[in-house]
Amino acid sequence: MADVAIKISGLGKRYTIGAREQQYDTLRDRIAAAATRPFRRLAPGGLGASTTIWALQDVTHEIRRGDVVGVIGGNGAGKSTLLKILSRITTPTEGEAEIHGRVGSLLEVGTGFHPDLTGRENIFLNGAILGMRKAEIERKFDEIVRFAEIEEFIDTPVKHYSSGMYVRLGFAVAAQMEPEILIVDEVLAVGDVHFQRKCLGKLDDVARSGRTVLFVSHNMAAIQRLCTSAMLLQRGRLVRVGDVRSTVAAYLGGEARGGFVAAARTGEPQILSADLEDVTGRPLENPACTEPIVCRIQFTLPHRAPGTRVGIGVLSCDGVPVFTTNNTDAGLPCPSGPGDFEARVTIPPNSLLAGDFHLALCLWNPGVILDLQEPALSFSVDAGRSPLYAENATRKGYVHVECAWSVTPRIESAAGMLS
Amino acid sequence: MSARPSTLPVTHIRPGARAMSFTLDEVWHARELLYFLVWRDIKVRYKQTALGIAWSVLQPFLTMVVFTIFFGRLAKLPSDGVPYPLFSLAALVPWTYFATAASNGASSLVGNQHLIAKVYFPRILVPLAAVLMPAVDLAVSFGMLVVLMAWYHVVPTAAIAALPLYVGLGILAAFAVTLWTSALSVRYRDARYVLPFVIQIWLFISPVAYPASMVPERWRLLYALNPMATVVEGFRSSLLGTPGPGSMAAIGVAVVAAALVAGAAYFRSVEGSIVDLA
Repeated sequence: MADVAIKISGLGKRYTIGAREQQYDTLRDRIAAAATRPFRRLAPGGLGASTTIWALQDVTHEIRRGDVVGVIGGNGAGKSTLLKILSRITTPTEGEAEIHGRVGSLLEVGTGFHPDLTGRENIFLNGAILGMRKAEIERKFDEIVRFAEIEEFIDTPVKHYSSGMYVRLGFAVAAQMEPEILIVDEVLAVGDVHFQRKCLGKLDDVARSGRTVLFVSHNMAAIQRLCTSAMLLQRGRLVRVGDVRSTVAAYLGGEARGGFVAAARTGEPQILSADLEDVTGRPLENPACTEPIVCRIQFTLPHRAPGTRVGIGVLSCDGVPVFTTNNTDAGLPCPSGPGDFEARVTIPPNSLLAGDFHLALCLWNPGVILDLQEPALSFSVDAGRSPLYAENATRKGYVHVECAWSVTPRIESAAGMLS
Repeated sequence: MSARPSTLPVTHIRPGARAMSFTLDEVWHARELLYFLVWRDIKVRYKQTALGIAWSVLQPFLTMVVFTIFFGRLAKLPSDGVPYPLFSLAALVPWTYFATAASNGASSLVGNQHLIAKVYFPRILVPLAAVLMPAVDLAVSFGMLVVLMAWYHVVPTAAIAALPLYVGLGILAAFAVTLWTSALSVRYRDARYVLPFVIQIWLFISPVAYPASMVPERWRLLYALNPMATVVEGFRSSLLGTPGPGSMAAIGVAVVAAALVAGAAYFRSVEGSIVDLA
């Protein structure tokens, strides 16, 4: 028992949305609500009419000191809520948690950066916000600047920074935290590839140093590389705990093969269903390489939402994005609603190699994600009788790219033979 | 990590408002963050405004000029035997601090929403920093007051020893108000519009433009319920030797203490849900 770092028992968080609370924005509303409350109580459905959502429910788990735990699950599974409760940003509605040791949480890169302050000033501010002592920040100052690679801009206000520099500086400060328990939420989603690699390396060091880490990411490759175990959340509940490989597989394979159906209409823009079929309209589960794959996506826009995009992302079996495509790629106009729509996208034959794939679906407006189902469904591509696999050829990677080839005798050597 | 687990701090996370309540100990540990929050606001204001720190002098100075013309010259209000400009400035310096701190404080939680949503620290640091920041202005405008005292050849007496007490009471009064307004304005955004009006009224029920001695004796007890009466009258008396707040002070201190305790309790009850409400 002595080496428990985090003990979570029956943790739950309920949000009330709709009729109550949320609309109490002004005193007038509050008074109006108080005046009508006796009547609403009498009305059928009365107070119960407000919708409550359990963002997290009945989560019980014990994390040992030194564990590096990946928290995985789809959108709205409760991952961020769990981290927010453990970081003490919000209180749970029920249950409790016991944390042994200081917690450092990194839910966002560069929290509290002020655009008008210089890089130097923001390092101190951000460091203090993350719970570091001034002396500690001073000692690590040079290392932070070096890690962020912003030496020459250290006295420039961060509003003049590129987004890459901003993120690098934010992570560099956070990387200097030395808590016993580190809570990290999806910070790798930002920044360029070079920097992401650097961040992963840093997190790797932290993980190896024996500290306890709770790590949320949609990047399954990163989860598998860093974590020793994983927790899988679905609709607010902890559905599986175990070693990383099997939990990630359960997560990615857990969704319906060949088809996706939304649980219920929420009244918000959402993806209703999706399935795969061949060109004749027959359902597909194991398409062959040589076959076109048609993905049909039904979605609804209850309100007018001009410029809405619908897109798919193909992920490899271990969650690495292979490619994404959306309706604007084809130069199609964007639906604006209101109404229900069906989008069809055809993945051309001989483009995906044999293997297991997952499909993510997304509905968004520039800057705002309306609905993201990641991953929504899975499928396996068969080698079939594809010429790509003639003579039992093995192919690495996920996609086949049609390349032009020529193999001819070298001109020089031909000239050499003449002389 | 060979550290014995028993040496590690244990945090309990439970439902309910009290679970997140601050302790004085926690605030003490976070004092450097408090310093940086104040420092940030000063730096930012200095960078964003053309006149920077000069604002802290200009505001009470110009108000003094207007008060002197209208209340001193035209209305001929008494000023306890002190030149009216000095009389009003000695009140405007603590009053301007209070008004700035209260309006700063009211919007502090809403203004720091992005921080509160992403990292834990004792939430009470936010309103605390908001009322401490204008104390820098107070120090600067105090310098101007000293210059004006020298101009009128007014030398403070031993009464000046009480000055820090009145300044302290003024800061605590602003903090008490801020505990309420900052927490209320998370839920009711109206607070932001109500407060400037309240502060305007408050100015006239405080002895800024006139001496408290003008208030009839039988109303004095009611008048003393406004702690700013004690703060302003006390601040002025400790510098200029005018009559002090006397027995009003006891009531003023009691009101501030009660408002602080109740305000802290209210703040505790909502701080856990700040993130969910906004």
